[in-house]
Amino acid sequence: MKVGLFIPCYINQLYPQVGKATLELLEKLNVEVVYPSGQTCCGQPMANSGYESESMGTCNNFVENFKGFDYIVTPSGSCAYHVKKHYNIIPQTEDVVNVRNNVYELCDFILNVLKIKNLDASFPYKVGIHKSCHGLRGLRLGSCSEVVGHPYSYIEELLQEVKGVEIMTLQRSDECCGFGGTFAVTEEAVSVKMGKDKIQDHLNSGVEVITATDTSCLMHLEGLVTRNKQPLKILHIAEILNSHL
Amino acid sequence: MSHPKLASIFNKDEKRVDWHDKALWFVRHKRDMSAHSVKGWEELRNLGHGIKAHMLSNLDNYLIQFEENALKNGVQVHWAANGKEHNQIVHKILKEHNAKKIVKSKSMLTEECHLNPYLEADGMEVIDTDLGERIVQLAKEPPSHIVLPAIHKDRHQVDELFQEHLGTKPCDGDPQYLTGEARKHLREKFIQADAAITGVNFAIADTGGFVVCTNEGNADMGAHLAPVHIACMGVEKIIPKQEHLGVFLRLLARSATGQPITTYSSHFKKPQPGSKMHIVIVDNGRSEQLSRPDFRASLHCIRCGACMNTCPIYRRSGGHSYDATIPGPIGSILSPGKDLTKYSSLPFASTLCGSCSDVCPVKIDIHSQLYKWRQIITKNTPQPFVKKQSMKFMGKLFAKPSQYETVGKIARWSLRNLPKSVINSKPNTWGKARDLPIGPKQSFDDWYKERENNKKSNDQ
Ligand code: SF4
Repeated sequence: MKVGLFIPCYINQLYPQVGKATLELLEKLNVEVVYPSGQTCCGQPMANSGYESESMGTCNNFVENFKGFDYIVTPSGSCAYHVKKHYNIIPQTEDVVNVRNNVYELCDFILNVLKIKNLDASFPYKVGIHKSCHGLRGLRLGSCSEVVGHPYSYIEELLQEVKGVEIMTLQRSDECCGFGGTFAVTEEAVSVKMGKDKIQDHLNSGVEVITATDTSCLMHLEGLVTRNKQPLKILHIAEILNSHL
Repeated sequence: MSHPKLASIFNKDEKRVDWHDKALWFVRHKRDMSAHSVKGWEELRNLGHGIKAHMLSNLDNYLIQFEENALKNGVQVHWAANGKEHNQIVHKILKEHNAKKIVKSKSMLTEECHLNPYLEADGMEVIDTDLGERIVQLAKEPPSHIVLPAIHKDRHQVDELFQEHLGTKPCDGDPQYLTGEARKHLREKFIQADAAITGVNFAIADTGGFVVCTNEGNADMGAHLAPVHIACMGVEKIIPKQEHLGVFLRLLARSATGQPITTYSSHFKKPQPGSKMHIVIVDNGRSEQLSRPDFRASLHCIRCGACMNTCPIYRRSGGHSYDATIPGPIGSILSPGKDLTKYSSLPFASTLCGSCSDVCPVKIDIHSQLYKWRQIITKNTPQPFVKKQSMKFMGKLFAKPSQYETVGKIARWSLRNLPKSVINSKPNTWGKARDLPIGPKQSFDDWYKERENNKKSNDQ
């Protein structure tokens, strides 16, 4: 099995530790991982802003880098979702179809492709899970509170196996954090209010560490936590799954 | 004004945002409990979606069938191509009956057509009889929600309004007293009314009958007391068969308020002896929306309001921030079809979280339609120069790995080395309330290359 690692643009530049944790985790699980060096971004920032047409070059570059892999794994539900759902704007060659079919968010890949649950990690903290919307309602990495059915959550299944972790229950288990790409800037007031409310929910629930499958949501929440000097730590799920504390 | 501007004004009063958010979240939560207690809820949603899709594909036939049956029942049927025609028809009917005092039960369609001012201009008195509607009518405001029109007002504001307009005593916002007074006031209006106007929730093609759902019984009260009943409906309110009501009435009540059934689901079929019944069927842009394959499913909407209650943006920006008859997620996919420029900020008033699509009882892919409107809006309406250029720039940047690397380096360096006061200064909207991450020295890219090089030299 050959796996291509996609590290989203903002993780690459601003949160390299998340990329490292992802890579180390996959290598620990004996996956043959390659990080193609020509990769940039999935195209989502432009597309969600209404400039899908400007993102075609980016989509093509993505496919060029990741064609030929059995799987493409990324520590971002949002990017995986974008490739799956919105790469219909470029011609559907065999490569494009394969890339769209084989792109996976990290937890999804570990649990459902590798079929591994226990990653031998330990992390003795009270953790609050932020269920990023594109992963949750786009990729269906878990059940959401609106839809009636059997409850499940991939990120939670993996976290439950981590030694010492106490998963805290939130009042609003899956409300959006308010990041939303350029929304965070164009609708600044509402975005900030949503983030503040989200953080308060975690604080009220006794959370020490907020985690998620997406660094974009976490960057927004971290920005607020740091500014307001709140007693919370923000870590991507890969960092927790790769911990031995 | 654009949505972000109105939303930021609403957000100046954080306490108000908090209670608005909590009040609507409470309704959403009630909806959850009620939906989750129905076995086969998701199948019901599928059915609702399917019936509506089928109806839209055969809309012409069902409308004709409905008209035939309604005529047989002794109801007069009128067709209006747009809001203006709708108002003229209603006005004409009222004139014929010499009606001066009109009671109206909640109808978003008459709101959309601006019927009240049209009739008032001719000296007619139109009283909205739904309590929430009456409140906003007294306040001279449009409704801010399609099911809870006055949800943006707290009971103290209502207290003041009633003192001013109905002459009530100050009561510190006592809801029981206020509703009691409203009832007295409205009863009088019902008794005096010359005509009653209602909306239509479902019009049944195979019987020619229609159903109006209210929790206050005000549609019945109006329609049964007045000698003339005019029911106004959009073309998409048709359902093929009576038996389909079982699907929609269950979906509607639970999605709207979490109730197992709306208090009054009133079935109308023919006029009472001695009175008249009219139905006005209105297009007003609906067939145009039907012609847009990407957006036609927006016409499935049964106006339950669930997408508003669940929307984290709506709850924190208030219905008036959408500046449209139908606010919230569904309004944001309907309005651009009417005026692309005026409503160009609405499809962007969303994080595309998708909660609206998952809560919608008739499974409208609301968030996908928001995304699609965005693509159309940037192409067809004037866009800020900076936004356009930066998107073009990013498009080029990400298409070529080499340039991307250089720019990334500069950005990281700036985050590390520039003082916070510069980074968080005015043009950086992000930094008004949020810090930016500290730029790391090394990108993942650099680290990975270094690691590969070390591996190679170790191997040698
Ligand atoms: S779009 Fe769906 S959820 Fe929103 S009001 Fe219409 S039926 Fe209800």
